[in-house]
Amino acid sequence: MLLSHGGEPSRTAGPVARWTVEQVLALAPDDASRKAGSKLGSAGPWSGGGCDGSDAVWGLCKGSGSKPYRTVVDLTGPAYKCSCPSRKFPCKHALGLLLVWASDESALPPGEAPDWAGEWLTGRRERSAGKAEKTERPAADGTSAAGPADPEAARRRAERRAERITGGAQELEERLADLLRGGLAAADQPGYGLWEEAAARMVDAQAPGLAARVRELGAIAASGPGWPVRLLEECALLHLLDSAWLGIDRLPEPLAATVRTRVGLTAPAEGPPVRDHWLVLAQYDTPDGKIVARRIWLHGRETGRTALLLSFGAAGRSPALALPVGGTIDAEITPYPGAGQLRAELGRQFGVPSPAGTPPPGGTAATAIGAYGHALREDPWLDAWPVTLRDVIPVPSGDGWQLADAAGGAALPVAPAALSRPGLWRLVALSGGAPVTVFGACGHRGFDPFATWSAGVGDDAACGTVPLI
Amino acid sequence: MSGTITPAPSAPVPWEELVTTALLGTDRRPAGASGGPAGLLDAAALHTVRRRAGLLPAAPAARPEPAPADPRPALPPAARRRLAQLLADRSAAGGPAGRRGTAPDLTELIPQWLATANRHGFRAPASLLPALLDAARARTDLRPQALAFAGPRGLWLAGLNPEWKFALRGSSGGSSLPDPTEPESVARLWEEGLFAERIALLAAVRAHDPAEALVLLATTWSTERAEDRLMFLDSLRTGLSPVDEAFLEQALSDRSRNVRSTAAELLSALPESALAGRMASRALSCVSPDLTGDGATVVVEAPHECDASMEHDGVVTVPPSGRGERSWWLGQLVEATPLATWPARFSGRTPREIVGLPVADDWAEELHAAWCRATVRQRDPEWARALLGTPSVPPSNGPGTASLAERSKLLGILPPAERAGWVAGFIAAHGLSEAFQILGVCPTPWAEPLGRAVVDALDIARDAGSYPWSFSGVMGLAERCLNPAEADRLEVLTTTPDEPEDASPGANGYWSEAFQRLVSTLRLRAAMDSELIPA
Repeated sequence: MLLSHGGEPSRTAGPVARWTVEQVLALAPDDASRKAGSKLGSAGPWSGGGCDGSDAVWGLCKGSGSKPYRTVVDLTGPAYKCSCPSRKFPCKHALGLLLVWASDESALPPGEAPDWAGEWLTGRRERSAGKAEKTERPAADGTSAAGPADPEAARRRAERRAERITGGAQELEERLADLLRGGLAAADQPGYGLWEEAAARMVDAQAPGLAARVRELGAIAASGPGWPVRLLEECALLHLLDSAWLGIDRLPEPLAATVRTRVGLTAPAEGPPVRDHWLVLAQYDTPDGKIVARRIWLHGRETGRTALLLSFGAAGRSPALALPVGGTIDAEITPYPGAGQLRAELGRQFGVPSPAGTPPPGGTAATAIGAYGHALREDPWLDAWPVTLRDVIPVPSGDGWQLADAAGGAALPVAPAALSRPGLWRLVALSGGAPVTVFGACGHRGFDPFATWSAGVGDDAACGTVPLI
Repeated sequence: MSGTITPAPSAPVPWEELVTTALLGTDRRPAGASGGPAGLLDAAALHTVRRRAGLLPAAPAARPEPAPADPRPALPPAARRRLAQLLADRSAAGGPAGRRGTAPDLTELIPQWLATANRHGFRAPASLLPALLDAARARTDLRPQALAFAGPRGLWLAGLNPEWKFALRGSSGGSSLPDPTEPESVARLWEEGLFAERIALLAAVRAHDPAEALVLLATTWSTERAEDRLMFLDSLRTGLSPVDEAFLEQALSDRSRNVRSTAAELLSALPESALAGRMASRALSCVSPDLTGDGATVVVEAPHECDASMEHDGVVTVPPSGRGERSWWLGQLVEATPLATWPARFSGRTPREIVGLPVADDWAEELHAAWCRATVRQRDPEWARALLGTPSVPPSNGPGTASLAERSKLLGILPPAERAGWVAGFIAAHGLSEAFQILGVCPTPWAEPLGRAVVDALDIARDAGSYPWSFSGVMGLAERCLNPAEADRLEVLTTTPDEPEDASPGANGYWSEAFQRLVSTLRLRAAMDSELIPA
């Protein structure tokens, strides 16, 4: 296993505190790895371990074979290398090594890396230094960055794809019109098949964004009471997106970029890089067809900006990018184009992640729901908007929960999706009926909590960001 | 639902109209939409975005009472991380359990961790309470320690989630339990409470004033259902004293047979009770020294009938299938007879001497088994010692009983150090194959010489060439119960020596793995303990 993701570290000096066990476990690609890693998280199976300041840790892990596995973790990425055949990333040995490092200060004494670890670490450092130079050079001599080999051919390809999408959008419009002419009441009768077929047609039309929306329509008809209203809403928004694409020439550029993204045409991240100390607010995976999508939410300490890092893992593999929740990274991010677009790409990192961070300042329930409404002006297809609620109390309400302003008479219902997650109970436990700060997504379905900070003193304040998802 | 987000007022487009048209179809209901389906969708899109953009917060529901304060000190950071790891390991769904390998089994260490944390009086970290309650929900044996550790905030939290309602049961169950000294609220809960609440209430009152509990129970006794009467009666076990005799004597005439036999059992544990006296006089007529010789033999004449008075005193008439009714009755008489009766009967002999007497006509097994049950019931260490005999004597030749279950009950009566010493002697003489059950009653960590005896026996088993999984039960116990300080001494056993010719193939490798796991578990336990030492 030898993988490293886009984060390109550069060196800084200075000791950095260890990560917490929770932060290490948050790096695990799945539950099985978490369990397997935990089993290796004691000094028992490890030998020859050590650490290099706080930049790297390494160790030999006794496995079932005669030769122990060689495991190295570059903490600045973090990036992992292990001689085991696992395709999990990070593998259980890397997780176990990090757990040993996190929980036992004496288990990995500082020292010189052995050759097998040193070579890889040196290689990484040289490569990242080289990359850093490369990215700086074009700006220096004024030539444009390396583009496609044949711009003319690329333009023709893009045109053909746009035509296909236009065809797809038109077809979808006809299907929607047919549906509305016959009435939604009939929609739960043909069943899922109709939508699946339409979604497949949109995939053919190279419009994955449209395809995903169509597929979701299929699930609404079976989603319980009130489905006709939800189905009409989503049909209307799909119609809005179709119309926007078909008339994209007449749209102002920021909105046009949003429409292109929504349809499924992702432009490369090209905004000017933003450097900040980014607090990792949350990291969670959602299955998306055959691939797994990983979302990592960041909040910049100086810029006050919230950013979303989106990465994907193909069948059976977890996404390569993993950051410790609750940690702070000094890094550059490059935003993707589009109005109200939060997605960004992680660029250069400076130094190793620090294990602590201050929560975003946050606001009231009213400002949160207001921020969502405001964001809809830029992107009417938004389901939710990331916000931080300050001083709210989780309150049971009927079958569900609310987050109520500690001072004042306003509350946001907790989104149905969050009600069945164990994180909700962590939030309630941490609050104990007292105000907490909560980061999450606020939208028309309610508030979906992702992370929380307790205002209280003592153990739970010391543990910083508590992940809820 | 939890207070849906309310839309802003002013919705000029009649949304309900749009929905109705959409449901029926524009072909059937063209009037509702100008411009056909596209016009309808345009209007619906406008409405949807407008509605979403104009959402307002909901009115807050009533706040829960804040969790009561927990004055216990917070866990040291390292211990906090350890607990997170132990609980994460438990909840992580693994595949089918394979070979155990050399890594410690973290789940098995949770009880010990909780016991140590509670001994030091630490407060549970709030964010780990849900995982802790989930663990206690899945494993009833964890509950007492887990709930004590979870403390008032844990109970507060459990009150909000029906999945954790188990936490509200039981004696500590409740914040809702009234003060036992407030007769009115006690009486009200006793009259109106649920069964579990009433059991908890009775236990609380019993702990406060045993006689008061009897009074409470007597107020409703005749109207309780038979199964409830049985449970209530059973809760009198704690704090049993001669004060209870009159009530129990009355229960001997209960309609329910189970209630009658429980009452008889409780009475027989009171040596001064009238029932114990009646049983003793019956037993004395059955068991006597041989008067024809020098009195050095026990003669048994089992009862010939079970009369109404015996039945009234809780003797069960019909034996289980396969047992003779006379020996069945005899067993019950001897079991309910105060042990102090016997030295007087056998001219002042000690229990050990009495147990050592030969018994005529093959009654020995029956009589000794009954004495064992009486000893367990009356918790008499002197008799327990006599019936256990010398540990090195093979069980089948000794006095008392060969049953390991009975022996571990007898051991439970002895003081802890004596218990460990006896088991060590047993293992040294007979090895580990029968030791699992009696090891289970030894207090942990195992005191010397017990720990050493177990390790030596494991070493001998390895040299004998068998596979370690024949001893996996004892190994698991050793991981949890050996004194962590033994780890260094065990280190030498983790190497893989050359295999003797007659050994099972590969056994040595597995043994070395098993000992590695033992050592690493002991080290982990030592680390866990040191992390929990208050700063």
